[in-house]
Amino acid sequence: MTAIVDYGVGNLFSLVCSLEKIGEEAVVTADKAVIALADRIILPGVGAFSDALKKLKASGLIPVLKEQIQRGKPVIGICLGMQLLFDRSFEYGEHAGLRLIPGEIRPIADFVNDLKIPHMGWNALHFTEQKHPLFRYVQEGECVYFVHSYFATDCQSSLIASVEYGVEITAAVAEKNVMGCQFHPEKSGETGLKILKAFCEMEAAKPC
Amino acid sequence: MITKRIIPCLDVRDGKVVKGVQFAGLREVDSPVRLAEYYSQNGADELVFYDITASSDGRKLFTDILCETAKNVFIPLTVGGGINTLADFDRVLKCGADKVSVNSGAIRNPDLIAEAAKRYGDQCVVLSCDIKRVNGNFRLFAKGGREDTGLDAIEWVKRGVSNGAGEVVVNSIDTDGVKQGFDLAMLAAVCDAVSVPVIASGGAGKIEDFIALFQRLPRVDAGLAASIFHFGEVNINDLKREMIKNQIPARI
Repeated sequence: MTAIVDYGVGNLFSLVCSLEKIGEEAVVTADKAVIALADRIILPGVGAFSDALKKLKASGLIPVLKEQIQRGKPVIGICLGMQLLFDRSFEYGEHAGLRLIPGEIRPIADFVNDLKIPHMGWNALHFTEQKHPLFRYVQEGECVYFVHSYFATDCQSSLIASVEYGVEITAAVAEKNVMGCQFHPEKSGETGLKILKAFCEMEAAKPC
Repeated sequence: MITKRIIPCLDVRDGKVVKGVQFAGLREVDSPVRLAEYYSQNGADELVFYDITASSDGRKLFTDILCETAKNVFIPLTVGGGINTLADFDRVLKCGADKVSVNSGAIRNPDLIAEAAKRYGDQCVVLSCDIKRVNGNFRLFAKGGREDTGLDAIEWVKRGVSNGAGEVVVNSIDTDGVKQGFDLAMLAAVCDAVSVPVIASGGAGKIEDFIALFQRLPRVDAGLAASIFHFGEVNINDLKREMIKNQIPARI
């Protein structure tokens, strides 16, 4: 069972439907016990960084999330959910993040000047040399759907996929069992479903 | 590189796609759910559902069908038609729409765009405009293109974007249905005025019309059409292959 963390941001309808489509049991929950019981965890998110982080803190779920990560459970942040995993964000001020993945969230507009913001639409994935298991069913160059104005920078060590939009845009990251994707797999057609399937096949690392 | 989007538009009335769709001699299909699945598996980058229902019963049916579609289609869905209030935004977003397109509703209540953008984010609000030349000026039309509002269309688009519209659909009444190509002059004027994505609509009759659109106006982000896709005059996968042959980025 995959728990989708419900902390009051965004519409989780499509995400739930996409997991059901690939035959995965999905539970939208704010219940610590359910999150602790889940085989893996999805941290969704849309909207502004500081607002979402405030809501996540208020939900009281950060400790259980960190505990499950400690236990080796696969966790993936999607879109803003991925951005929350980083050290800090410069969206409307400067805000500390969850510090689970090293790096910073910065405006795309600081790096490109002749392209439209948000970066919205389908863009082609480029993998790093070692293809991450999240992409085991996906080929280099397959397109996924993005909608965002900020992106993760200074995260070279955890980068597993990028796309080109005037500058190299971080598309996905992984730090052991903590993963994140900037794009929306639940809106990325067959390619997105294949990425979710790969995630849902991941198991918690066995304790040594 | 971000790809140029190809978007089929389905007009839905009383739970059925208007006119239906004929695929290579197969019988007419008018189920929005089945058509949405078909398009999502055959190259469409996004789908627009346009609700042209007049009755409230029909509206309920539309919402049910939207939910059913969103359960099975995993590409972005935009909903338009009958969007007049924030409650309308809420109604369709809860059913799995990703973006909501406003047209006459924004003309009647210009605050609608700002309120919706504030609540749901700019990326969620699409401003759809029916534009026609009147005495050499681009004029905004309302009520499905039947009524001249007297407003300057370019000023209207600028105002909508500054209020928070994250995307603009330009429907040229002058080229709509003519099938001689998109209205490049009108689209260029809109692209000059705003920096958000612009979707071209009205006038496409063949693959070459899309190629001309993206080659001559690289700032246009997407091409939208209805009947030419529904009647098989243009196959989206063929179109995408032709785009790539012409160095226009497309998702295959």
